[in-house]
Amino acid sequence: MVESQEDFVQKKETIIMKGNVAAAYAAKSARVQVIGAYPITPQTTVVEKLSEFVDNGDMPGTQYIKVESEHSVFAAVIGASKVGTRTFTATAGQGIFYAHEMIHWAAGSRLPIVVSIASRGAAPPWNIWADFTDVISQRDTGWLSSFCATHQEIYDEILMSYKVCEDHDILLPKFIAYGGFILSHTSKPVILEEQHLVDKFLPPLPSEEGWPHIWMDPKRPMMFGNLIMPSGFYYEFRMKLHDAFIRAKEKIKSVAKEFESTFGRNYGNGLIQEYKMNDVEVGVIIYGDLALQMEQAVDDLREEGYKVGMIKLRHFRPFPTEDIVEVAKKVKLLGVIDRATAFGSQTGGPVSCEVKSALHNTQGTANILPIINGLGGREVTLDQQKNQLKMLVKLYETGEIPKDIIHGTLWDGLLEVE
Amino acid sequence: MVKLKDALESCQEEYFLPGNSCCAGCGLEIALRWAMKALGHKTALVTPASCLNVVVGLWPKTAPNFPFTNMAFAAGAAAATGMSAAFKAKNYRFPGKGWDEITTITFAGDGGTADIGIQGLSGAAERNSDQIYVCYDNEAYMNTGIQRSSSTPHGAITTTTTLGKERYKKNLPAIMAAHEIPYVATCSISEPLDLYDKFKKAKSIKGCRYIHILAPCPPGWGYQSEDSIDLARLAVKTGSWILYEVEDGIMKLSKKSKILLDPTKRIPLIDYLSKQKRFSKISEKDLINLQERIERNWDQINLELKCQENYGK
Repeated sequence: MVESQEDFVQKKETIIMKGNVAAAYAAKSARVQVIGAYPITPQTTVVEKLSEFVDNGDMPGTQYIKVESEHSVFAAVIGASKVGTRTFTATAGQGIFYAHEMIHWAAGSRLPIVVSIASRGAAPPWNIWADFTDVISQRDTGWLSSFCATHQEIYDEILMSYKVCEDHDILLPKFIAYGGFILSHTSKPVILEEQHLVDKFLPPLPSEEGWPHIWMDPKRPMMFGNLIMPSGFYYEFRMKLHDAFIRAKEKIKSVAKEFESTFGRNYGNGLIQEYKMNDVEVGVIIYGDLALQMEQAVDDLREEGYKVGMIKLRHFRPFPTEDIVEVAKKVKLLGVIDRATAFGSQTGGPVSCEVKSALHNTQGTANILPIINGLGGREVTLDQQKNQLKMLVKLYETGEIPKDIIHGTLWDGLLEVE
Repeated sequence: MVKLKDALESCQEEYFLPGNSCCAGCGLEIALRWAMKALGHKTALVTPASCLNVVVGLWPKTAPNFPFTNMAFAAGAAAATGMSAAFKAKNYRFPGKGWDEITTITFAGDGGTADIGIQGLSGAAERNSDQIYVCYDNEAYMNTGIQRSSSTPHGAITTTTTLGKERYKKNLPAIMAAHEIPYVATCSISEPLDLYDKFKKAKSIKGCRYIHILAPCPPGWGYQSEDSIDLARLAVKTGSWILYEVEDGIMKLSKKSKILLDPTKRIPLIDYLSKQKRFSKISEKDLINLQERIERNWDQINLELKCQENYGK
């Protein structure tokens, strides 16, 4: 490691890079102080790139910890964050499941840790390809979570996340998820922003006092996390966690706005991003990399005269209930497309469950068709997505129920099995 | 070794305050009290799940007057790694403010060390994480109500070994020494000055340091609370718990154990075991076996010391 005292300053430049490399550049631009590193496909190249940055002296002062498991990665960044530093790590699939205990711990400690996830399917059988069940299975841990549809969005969303998470009214950790291999291992041009602009956009690194609620300082000895009786404030701490999630909605929106005015890139209202949702009869809610291809499907069908549109879900937690209710008033039928599973729930798909729940008892909103596709990285083609839209239009116009509906959900693209 | 008078004078300050909820005669309390006297206030402590989580006081009361954080069971060593890294990062940003002078320690029980925590500890040791990892060993899961751990000795009754444990005690200090870390030491609460010295020395060394303290537990071992020190002392005098240091791979016996190189100075194991209810079901055959293992262990130490002598020449 080069012990450089000289600050490394990023120029504004556009580089063709993998999604994982974009995540690493974002951590560098955010001047993270402590990085936990453990390899797991398809995330590994994030921590590889960060190791290169640190070894080259491009991240002066940054501590790069090479631990022996994901459980320890999260324990290490939790320890580092408690001391009052900006922290980062990256993981995926089994790594998230293994670290589940510490993921709860980070949220319970209200630590603004930011973690990128190159999402992959849950084993068995072994699967390393795009599937958001990994990040969505952490639904109730107390982490904010968002999805990225493009390489640029990975870089941008990580920067926006530090601004949201470190807000003293929020103080929550966050996952930024993107499809394993589809974004992590393909290359696209990514605009890296000038360091002084990023510095101005982000909150300053934590002061010497650290976070307002937690610190490790011999001058201010304090105990954190000790046993609390049922008559103590455990229950109230939990309520405040939920309250912070609800308040995070406004923060995410204002940060997205500020991001657009600073860097010129628009991400809807931060929580959702509408695409061609004016003069529309049928729409879909979709998230992650499939949303990018779905834009093309919408364009193609619009050219053929279909009144279709798309809503990209950017945040899963907090769930943008109010925005979904509003947008569902614009259409008659809404397909909700999951690349993840929620076994035994009302639809089998986690986001379609959320949307159904959001629209329950709301007058004048769309009917829902839950759709699941692309599990474990199964290819979802442009034609398939166009057919999904056409099928929704047909269902709206004729009431014809598509085939392959299983327990009320369309499992699109299943292989024929005898 | 530090003189008792000097030690008492130089460490009037208490860091683990009275009013904590340790049992009377708790070995952990004595271990932490003396360890902190040696380390001083510029110390930040992590404790994974253990008796220590509870005895420090229920929220919002707290007995330690130094930075103290609770952690998940398997996560002590890794969290301390993160903390010590963050102190370095903080020192980079705020130089000259003493952030690099803070000693990070993990203080864990034998379950949190030898069982659920061993992966994290081994990882921390292998990467030479800058911390002192302390295992206070009361030889079972005492916080959950006396269940066997891999550090429970052969023959001991616990609530999950109702006939006495079949397997033998895992030799954690040896496992840690095999990681080639800069410093490994064993202590007993019956020898607070030896413990004090070892923590002082550990504090002066950088990298991963491991200290294993035998800490008797009155309810867990089945004896009267006033006998804790006597029992810890008997463990040393019988030669079953050996006090030593391994510094950069070189083993050195500590004063109270060194005299036991002469087998006639060791008192019989039965004198130690018979004072504890947990060994009430041990058979005569087992007792002979355990005594033989002690003699064999000492023979191995003799060989090791001779080997080191030859190497020195």
